[in-house]
Amino acid sequence: MSENKFYLRMEGISKAFPGVQALKDVNFYVARGEIHALVGENGAGKTTLMKILTGALSMDSGSVSLKGSHVEINTPTDAQQLGISMIHQELSLIPNLTVGQNIYLGREPRWKISAFIDWNRLYTDSQELLSQLDVDVDARAEVGSLSIAQQQMVEVAKAISLNADLIAMDEPTSSLTDRETEVLFDTMRSFKKRGISIIFISHRLEEVFEISDWVTVLRDGSLIGSEPIKDLDEERVVQMMVGRELGEMYPKGDVQRRGVILEVNNLHDGRELSGVSLELYSGEILGVAGLAGAGRTALAETIFGVRPAITGDIELDGSPVKINSPGEAIRLGMGLVPEDRKQQGLFLNRAIRENIVISALGKLSRFSFINFSKADKLAREFAVKLDIRTPSLRQLVRNLSGGNQQKVVIARWLTLNPRVLILDEPTRGIDVGTKVEIHALMNQLAEGGVGVLMVSSDLPEVLGVSDRILVMREGKVVSEFSREHATQDNIMHAATGGKVNSDK
Amino acid sequence: MTNSIVNRPLDILRRFSVTIILLCICLAFALGSSDFFTTSNLLNVALQTSIIAIVAIGMTFTILTAGIDLSVGSVMALSGAIAAGLNVRQGLDPFVAIGIALLIGMLIGAINGLMIIKGGIPPFVATLAMLAIARGLTLVYTQGRPIAGLDERFIYLGTGQIMGIPVPVFIMVVVAIIAHIVTRYTPFGLHVYATGGNEEPTRLAGVSPDRIKLAVYIISGFTAALGGVLLAARLWSAQPNAAVGWELDAIAAPVIGGTSLFGGVGTIGGTVVGAFIIGVLSNGLNLMGVPSYYQQVIKGVVFILAVSLDILTKRRR
Repeated sequence: MSENKFYLRMEGISKAFPGVQALKDVNFYVARGEIHALVGENGAGKTTLMKILTGALSMDSGSVSLKGSHVEINTPTDAQQLGISMIHQELSLIPNLTVGQNIYLGREPRWKISAFIDWNRLYTDSQELLSQLDVDVDARAEVGSLSIAQQQMVEVAKAISLNADLIAMDEPTSSLTDRETEVLFDTMRSFKKRGISIIFISHRLEEVFEISDWVTVLRDGSLIGSEPIKDLDEERVVQMMVGRELGEMYPKGDVQRRGVILEVNNLHDGRELSGVSLELYSGEILGVAGLAGAGRTALAETIFGVRPAITGDIELDGSPVKINSPGEAIRLGMGLVPEDRKQQGLFLNRAIRENIVISALGKLSRFSFINFSKADKLAREFAVKLDIRTPSLRQLVRNLSGGNQQKVVIARWLTLNPRVLILDEPTRGIDVGTKVEIHALMNQLAEGGVGVLMVSSDLPEVLGVSDRILVMREGKVVSEFSREHATQDNIMHAATGGKVNSDK
Repeated sequence: MTNSIVNRPLDILRRFSVTIILLCICLAFALGSSDFFTTSNLLNVALQTSIIAIVAIGMTFTILTAGIDLSVGSVMALSGAIAAGLNVRQGLDPFVAIGIALLIGMLIGAINGLMIIKGGIPPFVATLAMLAIARGLTLVYTQGRPIAGLDERFIYLGTGQIMGIPVPVFIMVVVAIIAHIVTRYTPFGLHVYATGGNEEPTRLAGVSPDRIKLAVYIISGFTAALGGVLLAARLWSAQPNAAVGWELDAIAAPVIGGTSLFGGVGTIGGTVVGAFIIGVLSNGLNLMGVPSYYQQVIKGVVFILAVSLDILTKRRR
């Protein structure tokens, strides 16, 4: 194989941020028409490398060549003109603009010899692009009114409209359902046939193995390895990513479940839930699976008092309770790790220690004054317990990796010794190493007698972590599986409405 | 697609909710006072509204980028004073004097913009400082005294008529049409909305949000200066304390007209309608003999109602 077969060559790339060497002399090669997975833990430098490639960041040293000739990429426009485009992890669409406006932003078609935008052409062209991709979205619709999956496809359409022959996708599947992911993968495969190269960043190794031809692993800013997928297995990739043997991905102790701690009967919220009943035992992890829109998050939020329940009873330790607000739920000994930690779970611009102790201020205060030395001690205790990696507890939560941020959210609940902990997508967008730690922590809590209710779209996680699994569809619990009897197939079957033999 | 047809009536209500409010207010005044719905009174309302509408149009651009320009009242006074001073004291041709005043307005806008994009000073703070600075410069330049004795052609801009329509109204219509076309049909206009919607993707699309922001503050400086010159022309003189507090009406007009203070949402048409709601209210309440102290209270209540209705109709998606 001659070296010229590479479409993209990035060589000796280094980049330092204040306090961190984000990339150290990294080489990265992508062949034409290849789906190339770029993996690594959070902070490994994947996104930084891609931002350099797409001109959103400048590199300290190194060189980039495309199709055999050296290129300078200093701005996003440079990258666009070279046929490189990127689909960012945080969707880079503008919610108040229409689909068409977003696709052609910065290169709007104009009337001949004039400064005016040719709206008709803009909308016809975008509509055509969308139908090419089989996306059923109105080009004149405001992006803010679309689902995340639809927005994702708009991003893809935008990349195509740029005539890109190299598309970098940063975690494109993190908020997609399985079915939507399949649609995206089909699109990726058809691009591949057209000779378009794709760089695919994902934390979900099953996906990496399903779609990619080649895998490059980064760790702490250094290149660890780059090999064809057929020479690797998941275990090996994980090892390369974390630099050590991880042991079992889903360690599971022998946990004895005790009595029912939380009982929910016929819960309705008037919108997404139509009569949910469940029992949560002390000492178990109860997994809740289902497709997006099945009402899983609604269930978590209604139990916790975020959304009002229209009808239905909740019993805690056998006595009926009324929960009308999160405050009441907390006082009853419940905690919720929300789906969107940045929006719902954290004060991003405050220090780690404040984020940890905020819910425990009651017991840290006397006469309405906070006892700061006590608060510090408590924050430090839990930071150590959860192994939150940071130079200082005064660090702003904004600057932490996703995994460490999630640990902060969990630490906050642990300061209150909850009896019931609800976790909604506890490891979404979190690297493998931290994922294992969070799972271990959930097990530990269960062992200590906490009832753990986990909502997750990540099926391997549901299967690996839960003692019992409920499947929701259209606002109801439709099936229940024991750990032994659950498989991906029968859960998907139940979630999509196929007939299936459940345990009950 | 089917949805958009089903929701058509609601869409129309949503799009024109503020216009409907304006019409309702007009109807109420027409019933309450026989003097309201006369040609001369309506022209009077238009004249009274025109200057604030021009300033509010420039303000709309800054608010669309999620910014704000608090300095407009002071810039109005300063540019009016400079135009008048150059005309009266230096004997410059009134149009040359006005041209220089408009350039100074744009220069102040550019300084606002640079403070915001280069200095990283929040728009509220940067333009609040400029409010003080420009007012101070006005007092220095005028020595705290009015500058009277303007050239006839200068005064004509504020008091003259073209085909029965007051000149300031005419100018407002021209400014509004240009601004409408710019926001609706040019890449620059789209980029203003994009910048206010989300800066980072805008930058990644190869558009410089900094340049857009600089431009909107220059636009706001220009319209404020234009408003200031017209105000001086209407009053036959430049007053050192002209347009004190006008920034509030200039902000209220776009906000009543549906422009979001968070940026990215709003139209020029909405701003003009918003300015007219303010203008019609003052005029109608005067005609009906409502004491001016009560007028303030009523105005405030109507603003709240207008904005709540706008929010309510938009929430229903």
